[in-house]
Amino acid sequence: MSGTFIGMPAFPAAARRAVQDAQLRHNLRKATHTIRGKRGEAVGELDDWAELREAGRAIKDRTLRHLDRYLEQLEERATAAGATVHWAADAEEANAIVTRLVRATGEREVVKVKSMATQEIGLNEALARAGVTAYETDLAELIVQLSDDFPSHILVPAIHRNRAEIREIFVRRMAEWGVPAPEGLGDDPRELAEAARVHLREKFLTAKVAVSGANFAVAETGSLVVLESEGNGRMCLTLPETLISVVGIEKLVPTWADLEVFMQLLPRSSTGERMNPYSSVWTGATPGDGPQDVHLVLLDNGRTDTLADRVGRQALRCIRCSACLNICPVYERSGGHAYGSVYPGPIGAVLTPQLRGVQGPAEASLPYASSLCGACYEVCPVAIDIPEILVHLRERVASGPGHAAERAAMSAAEAVLGDHRLLNMAQRAASAARGAVPRRLPGPGAGWTDTRDIPDIPPRPFRDWWREHEKERARGDGPGAAGGRADREGGER
Amino acid sequence: MRIALFITCVNDTLYPDTGRAVVRLLERLGHEVVFPEAQTCCGQMHYNTGYRRDAQRLAIRFVTAFAGTGADAVLAPSASCAAMIRDNHPRLAEEGSRLARAAAELAPRVYDLSELLVDVLEVTDVGAYFPHTVTYHPTCHGLRLLRLGDRPYRLLREVRGLELKELPGAEECCGFGGTFAVKNPDVSAAMGTDKARGIASTGAEVVCAVDNSCLMHIGGTLRRERAGVKTVHLAEILASTEQEPARV
Amino acid sequence: MTGSRERILARVRAALSDVPRGEAAEDVRVPRGYRRAHGQGPALDLLADRLEDYRALVRRVPAAGVGEAVAEALRRRGASRVAAPDDAPEEWFASCPAEVVRDAPLGEGPPLGVAELDAVDGVVTGCSVAIAETGTIVLDTGEHQGRRALTLVPDYHLCVVRAGRVVDSVPEAVARLSPALPQTWISGPSATSDIELQRVEGVHGPRTLEVLIAE
Repeated sequence: MSGTFIGMPAFPAAARRAVQDAQLRHNLRKATHTIRGKRGEAVGELDDWAELREAGRAIKDRTLRHLDRYLEQLEERATAAGATVHWAADAEEANAIVTRLVRATGEREVVKVKSMATQEIGLNEALARAGVTAYETDLAELIVQLSDDFPSHILVPAIHRNRAEIREIFVRRMAEWGVPAPEGLGDDPRELAEAARVHLREKFLTAKVAVSGANFAVAETGSLVVLESEGNGRMCLTLPETLISVVGIEKLVPTWADLEVFMQLLPRSSTGERMNPYSSVWTGATPGDGPQDVHLVLLDNGRTDTLADRVGRQALRCIRCSACLNICPVYERSGGHAYGSVYPGPIGAVLTPQLRGVQGPAEASLPYASSLCGACYEVCPVAIDIPEILVHLRERVASGPGHAAERAAMSAAEAVLGDHRLLNMAQRAASAARGAVPRRLPGPGAGWTDTRDIPDIPPRPFRDWWREHEKERARGDGPGAAGGRADREGGER
Repeated sequence: MRIALFITCVNDTLYPDTGRAVVRLLERLGHEVVFPEAQTCCGQMHYNTGYRRDAQRLAIRFVTAFAGTGADAVLAPSASCAAMIRDNHPRLAEEGSRLARAAAELAPRVYDLSELLVDVLEVTDVGAYFPHTVTYHPTCHGLRLLRLGDRPYRLLREVRGLELKELPGAEECCGFGGTFAVKNPDVSAAMGTDKARGIASTGAEVVCAVDNSCLMHIGGTLRRERAGVKTVHLAEILASTEQEPARV
Repeated sequence: MTGSRERILARVRAALSDVPRGEAAEDVRVPRGYRRAHGQGPALDLLADRLEDYRALVRRVPAAGVGEAVAEALRRRGASRVAAPDDAPEEWFASCPAEVVRDAPLGEGPPLGVAELDAVDGVVTGCSVAIAETGTIVLDTGEHQGRRALTLVPDYHLCVVRAGRVVDSVPEAVARLSPALPQTWISGPSATSDIELQRVEGVHGPRTLEVLIAE
């Protein structure tokens, strides 16, 4: 998917299209408000949420500050448990490793557990080029795959689709990929889920190779953990002979005991459940149970660049819960596609520019895709200060080419604001011209006046009134003499 | 108490009525207001847009202007500016610099209006009279950075004649976001429209907040939509009395 | 491949140049002020309540009555052939109306195949730990639990939870478990919320989960 995301327009233009799509706005509003409520209830049940969040933050910081040690430990323990560990510096290398491993099995099909890392590297497309078909088995990923669409949400990749659209996709496309949709399929979510069950069942029962990601990798034991809901994960992690897991290097936690924190933080933040229906834990290969040919591909792909940034590295704490997407007023209106990445929403706005750099126009626009309202930081279960990183990344973008005009304007503004006499002169000039301000502004100002009125400029600034007030006070007119006039000098806002 | 007023550049230039209301209110309560003339801007716009160095110069300007006032407290009648000074001025400074020391010394004494009244002056009934239906929009920086909590509501509930209406979706951002409003005008406007609808649905005559920049965006949207709801800063409601009622 | 390993580790170390040389991982303080348990109620009541909340069928039975309860559950289900781990206690099936197909013990003969598991009407197992406040049962392929596939392919899972296996909270469960054995944490039947965030029970895993809490 990620490959095809590249070349998408910058955020403002992409968001404009979404804002104008009434159906999309309705779907997103309904979905995000539903899950917001559920998260609120699930989090509210635990009176030690703040302490859990603080522990989650600290465990991830400990991991990141000593990541080299933990990576080596993970490799050692996983290998001892029968897994083969591979290291991939970038997407290309990771895809090559997985492709080679699949080819070695002689199989032409793999089943996939929903995984952000494999989407990030465009694994399905790479496998397709090598003649291997990857079947997405998570319901939402299936919807996205069947409709040649892009995921628009971390947890619910088809959040932008409603039931009627999903029914239509199933009816039209399922037959091409395998078991067709049943005759007379309706749009009740129960019926649609049943259609997906039937469509995928045979694939699960016959698949020889599975590809997954992992929510957590435990350094101390070499274990991988996958949280899911539908059971497609269990199917892929249990029945095939070969299991290949692509895991970002930031997914580590130091110890098994640390999971006592994350197994509380993640489900409640993510789906708003006390616990997700299924979680699987495996450590290498277990004789007689599950895949015997087990691989772990550790993926960098820009993560070490992110780690090098002392402000930005906190983004690597992310456990992909998507609470920040669900609470974000910008995401709610722009949808996920506008972010041009498999990582949408606030976390995407800080992760994508760090993983890919800010040279491209789409990446450079992402740090500005936020009103800095701070709701994302408040719900983040590992306390990533997303607004802080956004501002930090804006600084990086603003110092680059393409921002010369803005830089000059900001510098000019600073010159005026940097001297109260210049500021006062500018204020008086504005007041003198107050009758001549047009209702529609040209240039960047049009972005404001297209939808909003501009405030009336008052006849004089506050500081001019203050001077008069001080004089009156000095004359002994008593406190509040000039201020006593309650009528407004200014106009409407 | 001696209170230094940091009017903020937006209020100074566009909303002098808010400043006058603050002065009137504090003097009515028996406090002394001083206004350091050299003050200009806290640097929030520059900082939030990625112009850290410009912001740093403005922060130095701010602490220089306010360092020697001898005031017990600094009032910034804008929640986002108060948060900028408290949270970001110390961050802007180089470690061990003069700015760092001055900012660290000043920051804890900087308050938003509702904090100054409730926490420092320990008053919620300021003797105000405002015979209108009002809904309160808790701005993001007031809500999440300053954590104003119920302070503004406690002040509003004591205002005689005022009927407070609950705002649906109150904690959602109005879509202003400084330069966000022009860099992402479509999303900003969509957020503003939803906020305006929520406000209109309360049937209130007035929407009140502790930040005029958010009110500028909300008011601009309400006016464009001819919703007939006025925007008023909290200070203007609290300054209003039976003898000298605020004109709405 | 070795090249990338060294390269990535070198990049990690370079990225962390601000971390003092002498700092050990343990020097990064992890405040653990959270609770070991939340005390949301008596564990067995809570477990039953939370399981039902996620649409599992729950019955509380005296320890001596497990056999009868299993028989009744299978009768109600209309199950005529069920799978079970090789070490499942005889008494569970003492009055069982269904044919019981036991999996082969590890290393002794071929295990039940996927097609065989797909053909049975259900599976009966025990569990390693059950977490009351989240309504979760954890299987770790240990005593009375069998291989992972056993509880995955059949459409109906009947799980016997002995009271002694029930803990209050997630931290208590994690402390009792070891990841050396593969684990499956199960909270209700399989479900999805992928369509309009509306929860629908029953996708790929067993669509019916029934729990017998044996006191």
